[in-house]
Amino acid sequence: MKHIISVLVENKFGTLNRVANMFSARGFNLASISIGETEDPEFSRMTIVTNGDDHIISQVVKQLNRLVDTIKVTDLTRQPHVERELLLMTMKLSKTQQHEIFELINVFKGKVVDIKQKSITIEVIGSPDKINTTIDIFKPYGIKELARSGAVAIHRGE
Amino acid sequence: MPSSSQTLNGSEIFFECLRRENVEYIFGYPGGSLLKVYETLYDVKDIQHILVRHEQGATHMAEGYARATGKPGIVLVTSGPGATNTVTGIANAYMDSSPMVVFTGQVPSTLIGNDAFQEADIVGITRSITKHNFLVKDVKELAITIRKAFFLATNGRPGPVLIDMPKDVLNASCDFHWPDTVEIRGFKPTVKCHINQVEKAAYKIAKAKRPLLYVGGGVISSNASEELRAFAIKQNIPVTMTLQGLGAFPGNHPLSMGMLGMHGTYWSNQAVNNCDVLIAVGARFDDRVTGKIETFAPQAYKIHNDIDPTNVDKNIKVELPIVGDAKHFLAALLEAMPKKVENLEPWLSEIQTWREKCPLTYTNEEGKLKTEFVIDEVSKQTAGNAVVVTDVGQHQMWTSQYYTFTNPRSIITSGGLGTMGFGLPAAIGAAFGVKDRPVVLFCGDGGFMMNIQELVTAVHYKIPIKIFLINNSFLGMVRQWQELFHKEKYSFTDLGDSNPDFVKVAEAFGCKALIAENTDTAQQAIKKALAYNEGPVLVDFRVEKKDMVFPMVPAGGSISDMLLARLNPKTMV
Ligand SMILES: Cc1ncc(C[n+]2csc(CCOP(=O)(O)OP(=O)(O)O)c2C)c(N)n1
Ligand SMILES: [Mg+2]
Repeated sequence: MKHIISVLVENKFGTLNRVANMFSARGFNLASISIGETEDPEFSRMTIVTNGDDHIISQVVKQLNRLVDTIKVTDLTRQPHVERELLLMTMKLSKTQQHEIFELINVFKGKVVDIKQKSITIEVIGSPDKINTTIDIFKPYGIKELARSGAVAIHRGE
Repeated sequence: MPSSSQTLNGSEIFFECLRRENVEYIFGYPGGSLLKVYETLYDVKDIQHILVRHEQGATHMAEGYARATGKPGIVLVTSGPGATNTVTGIANAYMDSSPMVVFTGQVPSTLIGNDAFQEADIVGITRSITKHNFLVKDVKELAITIRKAFFLATNGRPGPVLIDMPKDVLNASCDFHWPDTVEIRGFKPTVKCHINQVEKAAYKIAKAKRPLLYVGGGVISSNASEELRAFAIKQNIPVTMTLQGLGAFPGNHPLSMGMLGMHGTYWSNQAVNNCDVLIAVGARFDDRVTGKIETFAPQAYKIHNDIDPTNVDKNIKVELPIVGDAKHFLAALLEAMPKKVENLEPWLSEIQTWREKCPLTYTNEEGKLKTEFVIDEVSKQTAGNAVVVTDVGQHQMWTSQYYTFTNPRSIITSGGLGTMGFGLPAAIGAAFGVKDRPVVLFCGDGGFMMNIQELVTAVHYKIPIKIFLINNSFLGMVRQWQELFHKEKYSFTDLGDSNPDFVKVAEAFGCKALIAENTDTAQQAIKKALAYNEGPVLVDFRVEKKDMVFPMVPAGGSISDMLLARLNPKTMV
């Protein structure tokens, strides 16, 4: 089962490597990992998406906790949380399909961030599921290049 | 001692910190990036630097010292090759949870990443084999980093910590400030067990008909032997030990079952197979202990106490996990069980039956020398009082079976990693730490060659270790597997033609050496070696070449697959 784990870590050189290294050394699945500074520059927050049964996930959480640079590990999967991912995608732009593409961008609440003679770059924000669907739908129009941020997630406020 | 706020350079700060951590010995080897440190060391009189002959030797010495004393072992090596030579020793200490602080020199911080001369990314290399590691980028961070490293190495589950120190940091100066306290946000080990969990354990044990204690190295490292003894004896519960747990409970007590697992005693493994409550303390259900996990202790309600939460439910699902220090757990359990568990006699007598059915025995044959005899004899002559160090192989397993360990911190052996070459340097390190008990090393003829250079160190510092070389002219343990499981293809395990004359080799190093080829000469040689204290002494025991260690549960097998003795290979399919 897919799990989304939020990890508060020391904002130090090498921390990302320690976490990623632990996943590979112990053979845990690492679907995505994203990291950024928090409101306090001493800390960063990582969002990790991983797969595994309860036994594996409990080991993942414990092994994350064991790292000295991790401060707090929370498995958000079964807790109220918001999860978002950013997709940046450049597509071919032809006169004939232009209209359809713009329609779809609207449907997915995307934004055009750049437009050239023969290509268009858009951004879409949403749950990783929505991003998957977006990619599927746009594929037939000719995706030239895409980049995904990996999921970031946070507890819903009280 | 300089008071706080005195200006010192990085090298001076380094020694000042070690002083405050009460370091007695540094096991080290100099080099370019450490020249400043060795310059300062020249005038340091209160910390002794031991010059090893290979950095791997330094790490095993530090571990031997740590395991014998409970204090962290200290290693100091130069950058690049000096640092990479420590990798095996660090991995060994990590697997066996030994406290160690390794200091590596590093190229100047301005050159890091440039493939500078003798640069190696040792922090990257050792990330997965250290509890934690640090690169110090500013001399102002050096003291606090050292403080943290010692704290991490010795608290919670002990382990190795590495500090990488660039040359410019060691040369730079700043005000020296020793922090009184240390706070690491991400490191808060649970020492005290949850009392509700302990009470639940007490309740289950009180109702048990066939309880069994299974204890490991955690009992030794948390100095919980007394608590274990008090609890087991009061409750009349038998104790089986892992390789690292030997000595946690006195081996000569009727409740001691010896070791369990692959080469464990028949009765230990039968007891595991039949117990109804298994109390695991400071042990991690390693595959060499459990064999096939599905058939391990199939009837038991399993209670697992460990300081490291990741050990719990890792290899085996347990009914009652209890995270915390073994000493605290056992003391709390003793208190939680004021009454004795009733009617354990049938269980104890069942164990006795197993004991009598398949005892550990060997038969001496005229003119032949068996390893079991050598170890048994050393056990008798030292009255179980020695610190016993082993290398890895058959001799190691025979040591676990035939040496009677009566005290904690009496066996120092490479368990988790199984590092050949560990024994000799570890014995030297142990002897630096323990001066009132003999330090005895059982070493194979294969493994002895792997760090033989440290014999120079032993000779130079007049370390009175007894090197009992179990010379069977084979990589015996591999040969055993070849005979049992690989169609007797003795591929590259016969050392007979290539082994040197070990007596001559030892003498060339300046080490006293003896040879023993039968029981009489062996007995005499052991006596002589134990009486000799001017420096190291080696005895070359020419033992039987093709003996095998039994009982044996084949890797991944169940207790029912246990081999009890050599079968006629011809009749084996
Ligand atoms: C560094 C290292 N290399 C290889 C091995 C694999 N190995 C395990 S036991 C063994 C044989 C050891 O032979 P010896 O030292 O003569 O001891 P014996 O088994 O004969 O007592 C080998 C090669 C190991 N454990 N460590
Ligand atoms: Mg051998």
